Amino acid sequence: MSRERLDTEPSSALFVVEMVDVSRTYGDGATAVHALRGINLQVRAGELVAVMGPSGSGKSSLLHLAGGLDSPSRGTVLLEARDLASLSGRDRAALRRRSVGYVFQELNLIPGLTAAENVALPLELDGVSTKHARPLAVRALREVELEDVDDRYPDDLSGGQQQRVAIARALVGDRRLLLADEPTGALDSETGEAVLQLIRTRCDRGAAGVLVTHEARYAGWADRVVFLRDGAIVDQSSASGGAESLLGLRG
Amino acid sequence: MSVRFGLLALLAERPMYGNQLRAEFEGRTAATWPLNVGQVYTTLERLVRDGLVVAAGVDEDGHELYQLTEDGRLALTKWWATPLSRESRPRDELTIKLALAVTVPGVDVRSVVQTQRADTMRALQDYTRLKSAADERTPPDIAWVLVLESMIFQAESEIRWLDHCESRLVRRAKKSPPLPTSEPAKRGRR
Repeated sequence: MSRERLDTEPSSALFVVEMVDVSRTYGDGATAVHALRGINLQVRAGELVAVMGPSGSGKSSLLHLAGGLDSPSRGTVLLEARDLASLSGRDRAALRRRSVGYVFQELNLIPGLTAAENVALPLELDGVSTKHARPLAVRALREVELEDVDDRYPDDLSGGQQQRVAIARALVGDRRLLLADEPTGALDSETGEAVLQLIRTRCDRGAAGVLVTHEARYAGWADRVVFLRDGAIVDQSSASGGAESLLGLRG
Repeated sequence: MSVRFGLLALLAERPMYGNQLRAEFEGRTAATWPLNVGQVYTTLERLVRDGLVVAAGVDEDGHELYQLTEDGRLALTKWWATPLSRESRPRDELTIKLALAVTVPGVDVRSVVQTQRADTMRALQDYTRLKSAADERTPPDIAWVLVLESMIFQAESEIRWLDHCESRLVRRAKKSPPLPTSEPAKRGRR
């Protein structure tokens, strides 16, 4: 499998995002909070990594750093092999807009914009004309299996549909890194699973994904699961790929 | 559940012979419980002894067939209607292992918990892949998906329990001096 082959290649350009000995401390002195300590994490194209851990273990901080929404107190974050610290604020924002899609528990859809307009927004913010952005937005909506809602407003959509619009907005324009923070939020188990299926499919098509979740069932969709405690990675697991043998004889 | 009721359930459909019962049993339970034919015959003998099953002649290939008796049918009906008692299920080796780990000197309990959780997570990832593949199959293999989902829920529950154990151990370590029996918790092993 290609995954095995990649293991032998040392080039960091293979990683869509790479965190090298990253620490993040808020405040200083006696009241300092060490949100992350010495994190090393690489995510390749096509790979979905889930981050699990109790509340306050640093999951969301890790996601913010990976997407360039926050800067590390120590260590390096490389996004598409570019050191975020070496970029000007403007270049960093541009790289973030073009390369990173975010899905949060709060969907942050803009009520006055239609589904398609919401999805097109990140492209338009990046200077793409409405004329060009619209078909890309419609394509992203199809990718999350939403038909006939392009011109509807968020308030007219169900919770599950709104979540799909938010995911389409994160996917639009072929972003290479998808960051999701509890994207299944308050969704029921079946709708939540459909959301994971979408993220999985996007990764199978070549995006890198980082998913923060406290639910093992959703983390099960990932290629690799990283466990955080008190800001440090305590252990990891990867799918074995040998599941059939685990279950006995079925082939 | 026992093999006993599994065989009764299959024989309720039609008379079958030993190896056929084994193959059907594995097929229906998605091979999560492989049986050997010796187990099947031992169980059949006991069922015959208890009057729940009788020999029913041979088929054209000379295989000895078995069929349900009226008592067998009643026993099966009762089994479908009765919930499984938690006490009758096999004892959970993991629970016992952790209970021992926290009391036996020299065991790094957090490492036991973390190793187990990573392993269970790996299994959960594997089940999820298999389920995703089975869902896409046409027609979907419902029995197989149900078995996988059961395993997914069990693995999820085990991981939640292990998380809980870990938090509890951490809380205890913060409150009281470390037990003389356990090593300091390991961190960042990789």
